[in-house]
Amino acid sequence: METTSTERPESGPRPPVLSGVPADRRRAIVVGASSGIGRALVRRLAGEGYAVAALARRGDALEALREECREDLERAGGRMIVRAHDVVNTGEVPELFAELVEELGGLDLILYVAAVMPAIGPTEYDTEKDLTMLSVNVGGCIAWCNPAATLFTTQRFGTIVGVSSIAGDRGRKGNPVYGTTKAAMNTYLEALRNRLSEVGAHVTTIKPGFVDTAMTAGMENPLWMISADDAAKQILSAARRRVNTKYVPWKWRVVGTVIRSIPSAIFRHLNV
Amino acid sequence: MSRSVRSSYEYIEAWGMNSGHHGRVLRPRSVEEVQAAFGLARERGVSLGLRGGGNSYGDASLNRDGLVLEITGLDRLLDFDESTGIANAEAGLRIADLWRAIVPRGYWPRVVSGTMFPTLAGAAAMNIHGKNNFAVGTLGDAILEFDIVLPSSELVTASRSQNPELFHAAIGGFGMLGVFTRIQLETKRVHSGDLEVTAIANHDLAEMMAYFEAHTATSDYLVGWVDCFARGDALGRGLIHDARYLEPGEDRDPRATLTLRHQELPPNFFGVVPKGEMWRALRLFNHDLGMRLMNAVKYQAGRLESMGEPHRQAHAAFAFLLDYVPNWKWAYGRDAERGLIQYQIFLPKETALATYTEVLERCHSAGRVPYLGVFKRHRPDPFWLTHALDGWSFALDFKVTPRSRAALWKHCHELAEVVLAAGGRFYFAKDSVVTPDHVRRMFPADKLEAFLALKREVDPETILATDLWRRAFAPLADSMPSA
Repeated sequence: METTSTERPESGPRPPVLSGVPADRRRAIVVGASSGIGRALVRRLAGEGYAVAALARRGDALEALREECREDLERAGGRMIVRAHDVVNTGEVPELFAELVEELGGLDLILYVAAVMPAIGPTEYDTEKDLTMLSVNVGGCIAWCNPAATLFTTQRFGTIVGVSSIAGDRGRKGNPVYGTTKAAMNTYLEALRNRLSEVGAHVTTIKPGFVDTAMTAGMENPLWMISADDAAKQILSAARRRVNTKYVPWKWRVVGTVIRSIPSAIFRHLNV
Repeated sequence: MSRSVRSSYEYIEAWGMNSGHHGRVLRPRSVEEVQAAFGLARERGVSLGLRGGGNSYGDASLNRDGLVLEITGLDRLLDFDESTGIANAEAGLRIADLWRAIVPRGYWPRVVSGTMFPTLAGAAAMNIHGKNNFAVGTLGDAILEFDIVLPSSELVTASRSQNPELFHAAIGGFGMLGVFTRIQLETKRVHSGDLEVTAIANHDLAEMMAYFEAHTATSDYLVGWVDCFARGDALGRGLIHDARYLEPGEDRDPRATLTLRHQELPPNFFGVVPKGEMWRALRLFNHDLGMRLMNAVKYQAGRLESMGEPHRQAHAAFAFLLDYVPNWKWAYGRDAERGLIQYQIFLPKETALATYTEVLERCHSAGRVPYLGVFKRHRPDPFWLTHALDGWSFALDFKVTPRSRAALWKHCHELAEVVLAAGGRFYFAKDSVVTPDHVRRMFPADKLEAFLALKREVDPETILATDLWRRAFAPLADSMPSA
């Protein structure tokens, strides 16, 4: 009988696969793969023998990533497709998505990691910067998750992972629109999760705290900073356990719960 | 992919979940976009498979070697004449939307399937029938005229007087000649939103058939359910539902019954269990022992029901039995290529009883007992590749798993020999198993040849193709002498 699984040699350790997904199927797309958490996710997936498509704006960074993963891919029997793609070009997504899924031989997992967070001054209101954040962080997320949701609904399996942020929990003074984009992601991903649960597919929302990446490079003494690889490890684990919303690391859940319950009249005087 | 025709990348699946593939689905919203879709297929050098509501049990609307055009975007009811009951609709209109539009005006579709979600285009391509096939024929008999986009992108109108060959070939032509874009059809004047339904338990198949034959002249609908697990003297035991339209005056307040509110199926079972979760309960019984139990319980419940008086039931509730439990097919499993096939056997009246008896006996000795059996009476119609004949049909649902698949197909092929020897036929809206050899033997040779010749004429490059076409027809078309 015909199956759509990818052919690859049987070698290396067989890490756990996504729940509800046949054991021989490990095909993933990572959007926003050239740096930070996205890059770490691709490296982990490559090490686990996935067929993985890595997308980012910078093609040269992707080529470097492919080179970095070459040994892991060979050892674990995975393969990598790289594509330079700017997520603000939403019009090209449906066809690109279709091409990638065909090349991968199907799709079990999509991770949307692309995000920008330009520095915003305390009294700065720069509409251009703000709308760029909106289109990368939210527009791109919707453009990629929508076709994935369509595919996962029709095939009745698959996992969408959206990397949001603790910044979406409240409207903070620091970067109003960055927080807005993450709050929008949270609501959008929750709605997708509720839709896809009817067919057994899953959506995981990730809320990282401070992760050691270019985005946090200028910060002074960020709290509970973890490496991008640690974050990637926890993200994949949460997706496999079908967690709904995962704070990374978990300690942020406590903080997030407290922060979300602070009355607005008090919250505006705090710097948290 | 062209920006002009909406498209998405999906898992495209047989309704019975027994087959499926990933691919691009085009959803045109106008005749021009349908025409553009043919251009797109040509440009890419691939075939185009046609899909309506996706309700065919098998591979009739799959096309793993190309694109799939789904007609659901053309879904407007263009016109409904309340004096004649003639509806004129874009062909992607679903039966669900047709009956909802016309019930408040005192009409009901002349022919509907057991589920309300097929489109008119899909229903016409399959020439579907209902529980009243013996009385009013197939859907094709209710169609007056249609527009069809041929693979050349030419838009053609066909009726019994205009392009009659195309009319009789495309209806029942399983989407191999063109894309229906508009269908004009007759509907039936009704004087109540209710039918009068009588339930009759029968002890065996002969008794069921005798009841049907005695009532085809007076009943409007006849359908039999069979407990396929019963054997010996009880082989074919089941329950008949016999329904008739109400005469003017019988319903004291037709305005109340001819409403959507009265017609809609209940949202919950026993008032509490949400319908959407019911399949999980059914899943617990989805094995031989469980289904033996469920069938036996249903039969005993049917015997109780048959002791009662005739009762009234809304048209929609009577017609759309398959829609009571949404996604009931998931009881068969939700993983790809787990599901069911329906094997619907059409037999002429002369050989029906003996052949169905043999079929059921063979199912028992092979240890492959259908989980559901449904019995209907049919009449012939003039469509070239029609499944309907002066006789009977018996629809059998078999469970499919990746492990059982090969053996089940073999079983069905063995049954096919029995059926074809008895002059029987199969039906493409249901079929998953027939071979080119079966096709050659089940249709009159002149009809089949004429169909293949017309296919070659209107679609010389074989742009229109489906998994079903490649499985059951392509070798026959290839071996035809060229004109």
